[in-house]
Amino acid sequence: MVGRGYLWTEGDPIGAVRRLIQTLKEQAPPHAVIDAVGTTGSARKLVGAMLEASAVKNEITAHAVGTLSRYPDVRTILEIGGQDAKIILLEHGVVVDYAMNTLCAAGTGAFLSSQARRLGIPVEEMGQWALRAKNPAKIAARCTVFAESDLVHKAQVGVSKEDLVAGLCAAVVANYLNNVGKGKQICTPVVFQGGVSKNRGVVAAFERELGEPVFVPEDGHLMGAIGAALLAQRAGGGHALPEDIAEIPFKTELHTCQQCANHCEIVCFYRKTQLIDHWGDRCDRGMAMSAGGASLSDMENI
Amino acid sequence: MGKLKLCFPRLGDYHVAFHSILKVIYPQAEVVTPPPMTKETVALGTRNSPDSICAPFKYNLGNYIQALEQGANVLFQTGTGCRFGYYGPVQEQILRDLGYDFRFIWISRYKINPGKIMRDLKSLDPTLTPGRAIRGGLLGLGEILLMDRMDYYLREHIGFEVEEGAFERAKEAFLTDLAAVSNWRELLTAARKHRRAYRAVPTNMPKHPLRVGVIGELYTLMEPFSNFYLEKQLARYHIVVSRRMSVTFLLLTRSDRRALRQSRGYLKYTVGANGVDSVAQARGYAKRGYDGLIHMKSSGCTPEINAEPMLLRLVKDYQIPLLRLSFDAQNGDTGMQTRIEAFADMLQMKKDDKSNGDKTHSWGRRGVDFYEGRTAQS
Repeated sequence: MVGRGYLWTEGDPIGAVRRLIQTLKEQAPPHAVIDAVGTTGSARKLVGAMLEASAVKNEITAHAVGTLSRYPDVRTILEIGGQDAKIILLEHGVVVDYAMNTLCAAGTGAFLSSQARRLGIPVEEMGQWALRAKNPAKIAARCTVFAESDLVHKAQVGVSKEDLVAGLCAAVVANYLNNVGKGKQICTPVVFQGGVSKNRGVVAAFERELGEPVFVPEDGHLMGAIGAALLAQRAGGGHALPEDIAEIPFKTELHTCQQCANHCEIVCFYRKTQLIDHWGDRCDRGMAMSAGGASLSDMENI
Repeated sequence: MGKLKLCFPRLGDYHVAFHSILKVIYPQAEVVTPPPMTKETVALGTRNSPDSICAPFKYNLGNYIQALEQGANVLFQTGTGCRFGYYGPVQEQILRDLGYDFRFIWISRYKINPGKIMRDLKSLDPTLTPGRAIRGGLLGLGEILLMDRMDYYLREHIGFEVEEGAFERAKEAFLTDLAAVSNWRELLTAARKHRRAYRAVPTNMPKHPLRVGVIGELYTLMEPFSNFYLEKQLARYHIVVSRRMSVTFLLLTRSDRRALRQSRGYLKYTVGANGVDSVAQARGYAKRGYDGLIHMKSSGCTPEINAEPMLLRLVKDYQIPLLRLSFDAQNGDTGMQTRIEAFADMLQMKKDDKSNGDKTHSWGRRGVDFYEGRTAQS
């Protein structure tokens, strides 16, 4: 691997991609050429359209492919990212079952980082703090709100920060296993990945809870990206990235289609003023109006 | 009150049949079909509903408000089973509080007997004879039976149409003709004509396509707007979709006793509304060797939540993947698309794995090979 980057989108996936490409270019050897692009995650379509990706895949598949490339005999993939969490079960290198968290954010990285801020600890150091704990605090895992009030209460009675952090890590694991992993048979080998896998405290909590060793890949936070890259590499037919990608303006507009009573909300994605992709419509009628590549100003007239 | 303007909540395409029934029973009245479901409908319904109520309540209420705005003054509602049994009185109260003037005909579970239904119906039109009521009911029933049969065929074949959109055009033509039907002879003619038309749509179904059984709560299953057009999304992945849930099923074929027998070992007693049906149907699909199950409900649907532990055990016993989807009146289908895409990928991969026993290269490689093929196609 010649380059890597991991950053928050901060509500602006397009800007994040621009910064990411810059990071990658700086790391890559001088004559490296980008042959193909693969995207995954919730903004996969948007970024895929932006970079003309040759592979646009959902997170489950991308993670499975990425992890299989490192651990061909993996049976269970635990993944906790910034905003979601999933479990993927495999048999003989084939995904046989998966689950994603639906409503609850308690078992995700977002919860950990908000609590780290409350405790005044950088989120990257939480793991070390947790490992120093002698007597982890018991913190309710059912829901973020309960966990938070529990944490405040424990802090007020003077529990040490180390024990609080260790308790939080255990709470994330308990929440994950009870919500995402509910009813799933967790077989070894188990691989734990996603941003939260960088937190040694959570890894330790998983190992304690499962009673089994948990593998954490070195690039655990990038497994989805690696999977998408592998898929793109094999799909081929990619386009070289335009040199000036950082300067090209991209723009997303929401239009309500008036062609029928459904009033679909169509997401139109423009490069400069040219419509390059659209989604959200339930039929082709809405796009008939832009078949000729209507420009931004034309769209406004409809 | 002047001229009667009758209306009812929407449910899939059944408004065509409901319209016919009311047209026969009340020839003097006007039937106001609520406008098709839009985000506006949902917003209206949500704004005026209790927050934690199940999603169908909000959709119904949105329909009523839009129909009332178009001049409807008689609202019909039914109610059985679960919280659905309370929809009528609560919705009536909410609408009255909003200041609307209307009559509310609630055909609830307490009054499901011919005499009481007749009395309710007669309250709108004293000249109504039992004969006319039965004629209307039977015509509507005939239309529903036909629609359900046609839909069943469509769901299993639409993923394999050669020309995209062919089935939807056929369906549109069918519904247009059906809306014009006013007696059984016309209904039978339409049935013959359109059944032939459906069969004539060219398809290229492989010998062993992927098959998915859809189970769950009735409204979410039958109103495509409330499930983000799940069946349409599945069709894109070339999947045969089977769904036993339909109005025909609810009115005629459903039987708690049979469903309990079919779910023996999992359920001993009913768990409310269609909970047992979900378990029984899931087992039926599993036994028939379906590739996957999709369980859908509106968020907080108690009977389906009751059925879930049994479904989870069944899934283990029969080794069949289950995708669980829960819907509220929210808007935003990205998460759902991800789940369905991953589900389709997974089913296809499992199938390929089963059918080609080639184990010469490492499993991990095969995973990548598989996805490579899929990506190249798409």
